[in-house]
Amino acid sequence: MSLRPIDWIVMLIYVGFVVAIGVILKRYMKTSTDFFLSGRALPAWVCGLAFLSANLGAVEVIGMGASGAKYGISTSHFYWIGAIPAMVFVGVFMMPFYYGSRARSVPEYLRLRFDEKTRTLNAVSFAVMTIFSSGISMYAMARLIQVLHLFDAPLAWLGISPARGFDISIIVSALIVLIYVFFGGLSGAIYNEVLQFFMIVAGFLPLVWLGLRSVGGWNGLKARLPADMTHAWMGMTNSHANPMGVEWFGLAMGLGFVLSFGYWCTDFLVIQRAMAAQSMSAARRTPLIAAVPKMLFPMLVILPGLIAVGLPTASLRGVTIPKGATSAEIQAAMARAVPTEADLHSRGLIPPKIDVSTGRAQRDSNGNVVLDYDLAIPNMLLHYFPAGLLGLGLTALLASFMSGMAGNVTAFNTVWTYDIYQAHIHPGARDAHYLKIGRITTVAGIVLSVLAAYMATRFNNIMDMLQLIFAFVNAPLFATFLLGMFWKRTTGHGAFYGLLSGTIAAALHHGLTLPVGEAVGVKGGWLGAQLHQYPSDMAQNFWTAIFAWTTCFIATILISLMTQPRPEKELNGLVYSLTPKPNEGHLAWYARPAALGIGVLVLVAILNFIFK
Amino acid sequence: MGLDIRWPVGAMFLLVGAALAAYGWLGDQQIYARSLGINVNLIWGAVLAAFGLLMIALAWHRRPDASGISNSQDIQHDNEANPSGHSSRV
Repeated sequence: MSLRPIDWIVMLIYVGFVVAIGVILKRYMKTSTDFFLSGRALPAWVCGLAFLSANLGAVEVIGMGASGAKYGISTSHFYWIGAIPAMVFVGVFMMPFYYGSRARSVPEYLRLRFDEKTRTLNAVSFAVMTIFSSGISMYAMARLIQVLHLFDAPLAWLGISPARGFDISIIVSALIVLIYVFFGGLSGAIYNEVLQFFMIVAGFLPLVWLGLRSVGGWNGLKARLPADMTHAWMGMTNSHANPMGVEWFGLAMGLGFVLSFGYWCTDFLVIQRAMAAQSMSAARRTPLIAAVPKMLFPMLVILPGLIAVGLPTASLRGVTIPKGATSAEIQAAMARAVPTEADLHSRGLIPPKIDVSTGRAQRDSNGNVVLDYDLAIPNMLLHYFPAGLLGLGLTALLASFMSGMAGNVTAFNTVWTYDIYQAHIHPGARDAHYLKIGRITTVAGIVLSVLAAYMATRFNNIMDMLQLIFAFVNAPLFATFLLGMFWKRTTGHGAFYGLLSGTIAAALHHGLTLPVGEAVGVKGGWLGAQLHQYPSDMAQNFWTAIFAWTTCFIATILISLMTQPRPEKELNGLVYSLTPKPNEGHLAWYARPAALGIGVLVLVAILNFIFK
Repeated sequence: MGLDIRWPVGAMFLLVGAALAAYGWLGDQQIYARSLGINVNLIWGAVLAAFGLLMIALAWHRRPDASGISNSQDIQHDNEANPSGHSSRV
């Protein structure tokens, strides 16, 4: 597909501002606190939007659209159950410890609360995950650019073969992110995340509006799709009755509790944005502020997926109709045309995945055609947007990819510099030294991300692997934090060995179960026996998380009771029962975190009711 | 941080919005069949440019020498305020 000059102009304006912001912010990067934590000086609304956008990477935007096309509106559960309650919890209950402890990172909180080995376990696993996440963002963006042939025309104009498009995308995106993080630090990343937030709204709001208008509104869309795709809670009493293959308990506990709290409450990528806030109440309000657009985002990213699948399939794309043909000639041309695989197997705007070796549609182990749902959002953009707006829509997509990279790189360089380098390699140096290390780590982080991106080209299930590792590591982690922050008896040994047990339990559960229709391997069952079959990967994922969390929770409690806790005076400000309540007397009732939290929960309950 | 984020956000949307609106007004009018016949570039470009202007206006109004009062009630009252004592630009 070719873009017109106006599309390039929009894209270049955006990239220009992104780089300029980073360079302008360089002058404010005087200490390591400035570089890694924005000097703890940002207002709540900026942190809130960054908190949301840091999480809104490529995989989210494309993936949610794909999920919407595949499962329907119940994908919103990822947001309404899978995020909002956790965001409220972290803001109201956990932020006083993160911000009040003056920890400079989540692993550092673990060091303050428990001990060095717990911190190091968390820091190392987190560092590895951020590099892979960043690399995968880069990879997904370069693949998309390649599949859409976006850069073919300018590359040809520059005399470069379009086959190098993938490599060029990787290098250019790496350079852009490198510049604004190297110079602007966390502030560069946060400011660009806020910009990205507005870009996503600017790019996707017209898409939803046009899409809904063309299918006859929400009611028109409901009429075109099966009922379980347009009702979020239909068929939830039985895992076989809804498209996701999950029943409500698995959904609520697996997604709503373990995975979502595991991510939003412990992942430094988002917590860092709250730690950059200018005060305790700003830090507490950050996730709450983020929750409001978060609950409305299903409209922006999931609906287009539903619309893509609800549109009639355009058939016979392979037909050439000569100009001025008579209706008889048109009929003859259409009769002669050989339908392509896309014509035969597409669903709305979603084409089938084509097996490169045979040229035919790929099929799964049940013989059903595998559809390329990831193309839902890009195809929607191409379907509705004329030149100009198309440039805006594509820039919004690219913006989310890049902020996914940048967010991971800033989290990585902080954790590396403070929790690994300063803790183990070179403690006690002057602050200026750590600032320098931070910059060097940024370069190293980007280089490693590029390597991870190329690894993804070799191993096509790397995204599944990353999801898996996330579940193995994040699910038990929330149990550790919950016990650490709310039970003063939790000890370092309990935390460390509890975490390990949880991760092992996750691996065991995954190795002994398999979702229906999947082959043994990265999807499960690799320990030889298959003790249980799940109706879908998602169900297996949720139950793995539940097992991991429960094991960690119980193991941590038992081991803590058997080991020596630290003296209570050392735990002031780190545990609920040993911390004075934050002073909120000066805030109006509606500005207090608890009130905001309740407000957010009421809103999300209403949304669930409307779309039940 | 010393740079109020509303300046670059506002400036970018003003520029992009103006570019889209100009293209929608002066450019090829045949391309709007796919957007249901609506000149989305002109309309949405104008909306974005207005948003950009709003951001710039807010940033200009909140610049430090505009009023002596700190913009953030947190900084004045909060016990855990920034230890260096200065308020940051909102």
